[in-house]
Amino acid sequence: MSRTPTAAPAKRRRLLQDNPSVLWFVGLLGLFTLGVTVLSEGFGIGLISTNLVKILGMTLCLCLIAIAMDVVWGYCGILSLGHFAFFGLGGYAIGMWLMYARTEIVIRQSLAGGTIPPTEREVSEAVASQIFSVVGSNELPLIWTFAGSLTFQLAMVVLVPGLLALIFGWLAFRSRVTGVYLSILTQAMTLALSLYLFQNDTGLRGNNGLSGLQNIPGALHVPQAIISVWFFWASAFALGAGYLLFAWVVSGKFGSVIRAIRDNEARVRFLGYNVEGYKLFVFTLTAVVSGIAGALYYPQAGIINPAEIAPIASIYLAVWVAIGGRGRLYGAVIGAALVSLLSSWLTGGGAPNIDLGFYRIIWTDWWLVMLGLGFVLVTLFFPKGIGGLFDYLVRKP
Amino acid sequence: MPRPALIATLALCLIILWPPTPLAAQTDTPLQDVLQTVQEQVASPSRAQVGGVLDVLQETDAPGTADFLTRWAAREVYERPEDGLFFYAREGEDRALTLIDLDTGEDVAEVTTREVNQIRVNAGVRREIEGALVTFELLAPDRARRLAAVRTIARSPEADHIPVLESALAEEEDGAVATRMARVLDLLNARFASDSATRVAAIDGLSGDITTEARRALNQILNTESQVAPEIPEGTNVARIRTPGEDLDLIDAYARLADAGLVPPRPGRNAIRDALRANVSDGAVAGIPVHRLDTEEARREAYRLLQDDGIVPPLPTQAEMDAAVAEYVFFDAYLEPDADVTRAAREALDSTRTRIGVWQFVNISLDALSLASIFFLAAIGLAITFGVMRVINMAHGEFIMMGAYTGYVVQTMIPNYTTSLIVALPMAFLVTFAAGVALERTVIRHLYTRPLETLLATFGISIALQQLAKNIFGTQARPLTAPDWLAGSMAFNDVASISTIRVAIIVMAIAFLLALLFILNRTRLGLEVRAVTQNPGMAASMGINPDRINMLTFGLGSGIAGVAGVSIGLVAQVTSEMGANYIVQSFMTVVVGGVGSVFGTLAGAGLIGALQKGIEWFNPGNTLAAQTFMVLFIILFIQFRPKGIVALKGRAAGD
Repeated sequence: MSRTPTAAPAKRRRLLQDNPSVLWFVGLLGLFTLGVTVLSEGFGIGLISTNLVKILGMTLCLCLIAIAMDVVWGYCGILSLGHFAFFGLGGYAIGMWLMYARTEIVIRQSLAGGTIPPTEREVSEAVASQIFSVVGSNELPLIWTFAGSLTFQLAMVVLVPGLLALIFGWLAFRSRVTGVYLSILTQAMTLALSLYLFQNDTGLRGNNGLSGLQNIPGALHVPQAIISVWFFWASAFALGAGYLLFAWVVSGKFGSVIRAIRDNEARVRFLGYNVEGYKLFVFTLTAVVSGIAGALYYPQAGIINPAEIAPIASIYLAVWVAIGGRGRLYGAVIGAALVSLLSSWLTGGGAPNIDLGFYRIIWTDWWLVMLGLGFVLVTLFFPKGIGGLFDYLVRKP
Repeated sequence: MPRPALIATLALCLIILWPPTPLAAQTDTPLQDVLQTVQEQVASPSRAQVGGVLDVLQETDAPGTADFLTRWAAREVYERPEDGLFFYAREGEDRALTLIDLDTGEDVAEVTTREVNQIRVNAGVRREIEGALVTFELLAPDRARRLAAVRTIARSPEADHIPVLESALAEEEDGAVATRMARVLDLLNARFASDSATRVAAIDGLSGDITTEARRALNQILNTESQVAPEIPEGTNVARIRTPGEDLDLIDAYARLADAGLVPPRPGRNAIRDALRANVSDGAVAGIPVHRLDTEEARREAYRLLQDDGIVPPLPTQAEMDAAVAEYVFFDAYLEPDADVTRAAREALDSTRTRIGVWQFVNISLDALSLASIFFLAAIGLAITFGVMRVINMAHGEFIMMGAYTGYVVQTMIPNYTTSLIVALPMAFLVTFAAGVALERTVIRHLYTRPLETLLATFGISIALQQLAKNIFGTQARPLTAPDWLAGSMAFNDVASISTIRVAIIVMAIAFLLALLFILNRTRLGLEVRAVTQNPGMAASMGINPDRINMLTFGLGSGIAGVAGVSIGLVAQVTSEMGANYIVQSFMTVVVGGVGSVFGTLAGAGLIGALQKGIEWFNPGNTLAAQTFMVLFIILFIQFRPKGIVALKGRAAGD
């Protein structure tokens, strides 16, 4: 763990002055958004396919959860292996509304042709049997009671991951579970959640997950080319806002305290700080941001299922942040963008296979081996990750 | 068992064991001659006449009679039209048949299927023949054959079997067989005997019997049927009276009345909707505009208006339904009319409840024990690397996988399963020991001061190894077959049993525990390991090379994971992801048990195994739910005992 002593600034400087990288980042993000919009099929000259716009938008969401992970791990020292669970919960919360509302519209249209109008009960029964017939049920589970309300489900996007993180964090931090034990415990939480969602009778369609999320109720006639750009904008905005928020959180006195907790928790406690409170705040805040990132990600992915929440996903999240560089927000963004784009390029068959004569390198087979070994090398020799390269460019005072 | 298979089984016994000295007096008349006396009935058997044939055959009891009966029932007997003789036949190519003499078993002639008639036996006749065969078998001189016949009867009991079995029991001399016959006779009598006293006596004889067949017989006697009547008819054997409003829903009660044809059916929501649809005129139903019919109340109102016009069947009001239901009695009646019999059956069934409960508990405990041993095997290597050395090895699961694949590779090279297993165990140890040492030398050695980074780096290794295994062996699950002597199962009774392979896993877990305790507590290596983990600096100054010890310890932990992989591979499937399935649970086991203690790991495995099976008992058939609740429980458990079950104290605790 790097122990760079953070000298307290003599006087309070403004956020942007203190962190020139924030300005750079927001500027670059704005340019990137503009560029993608101009090149997109929906609003521009069509050089970038709708599918690619979606992939880029999803990558922005992954960058958002990566900076959340960076704050909780790189700054506060909690190696959480559960943040992708919060991401998935956010996706499920919004997915319930997307699926319910769209099915309801379709059902109402088909029932409207009848001689007498349908009752509310008939509609909700038809919706339920439409959605849940895959798991052999035709009743609407209790948790779907308000699925027709966008406001309620949006609140759930924030509340479900937030409350889960609050309760779990309170239990874990209160009993002073730290270090690797905490990592294992968060991993267990993720495992329990994904096992729970895998069951058919928990009301979220078991391993079928929620699907058809790319169709936005109220905009069913709008082509995907346009919707993909809308979501790209929303993701870019969320990433920019999240970046500013976290840059602000980690820059002031609060940031100093959580870095101090990372470096030596006991000393901070002896100085009279409520260490548990700080950790709980950071853990919950990042969980909420993860939930929001998930809520933006899955409408672009179109489908969510419990496999997304499996412990391995959260591990990959840690891998991105570590490769990008812990303890600096732009590092997390670089890591997440680079690794996830490279991964979808190489495993999606985009990269040409290399024929060595005696052996044919098929990237889909070897990418994970490379990623794993590369990650080991980064951990061993470049603890600062790719972001550490910027230290050579920018002389730090 | 389907009838043809059953007959085939009996036939097999007969062919192998047809005796030189049957109990009944045997004549030396050739079977062919006997059959010729009833030629027509044999050639075209009918249900009405087959009894006569069977009587003749049973009386004369010519050699080969039972064999003939089975083949006859299986349509393997042929008649040659020109002389009316019967033959068995062997099929050749192109519809050619080789006729075989019934008595000598010699080939007689080559014919085509056109030249002979295959004797077709219908289902009714086949049943008659089978009954006759049972009698033959029950009186057979060979003990195993008599037992097999009794077993066949127990499997598909019929009233006709009672007299046959009774007469066989009277002649039975072997004690064990007689007991078995008496038990099956009880089962038959309990269900089929003609007078109530015999049945009650038979049922009393079954009380306390926890076998499936006994409980099935009793439950069949206790089958009930829901009925409704103005008052309970005379002679009805009532199981339970249902009171509408308490244990019977009013709507359901009314629906039952409608089903019995006692009241007109109550139109449901769909019926109301359809009726309204059928009566729309000028955009309104009975004066109510169609667009208003989007609530249940409005629809019912419109329906009542239609009803007043007499167009649709009436929709009863709550009061009407109450009144209708109040006029009738709702009750469940036993299909068995005899109250004494059902009472005895109920008592007999109740008497078994406690014993079944106890045995079910035993069964669950055995399951839990075998699951715990699997967890223990998966976690025991971690107990060394994580527990003793405090190194987080996330690639531990992949070492388990590597061991299992080693077993698979060895098995492809050595076809004998027993030998290959014996070779695979040390091979797996060597392979994973080497892998562990390599990992320790190249990666972990540099990270002893940074535990979180060890966790990350070993993640990387784990990802790479998993994909590598996928590249080499493919995504398909590979079999690791246990030798035959591990294939069976040990059954204590019909309720509790455990498969032999699981017993072997339990034995293996115990062997591992002992071996590890021995190495850690009784050998030079163990002493040095404990010294290095407690205080590397001090150990080094005593002349121990900490580097070497760390390397060997890590290798030992990994090697044990490999051997565990072979044993786990025998019960689970060998895939590249098998390790990942165990890794979280393994860490849980070590953390719950208490880091740094082998006994702790044992306790942790025991707790987790018992917990999972216990939860499964309350919610049967839902393993996922059990796992979910188990993980939640562990998270809570760590709240209250952060150091695990067996918490080290003092200097050994290391903090």
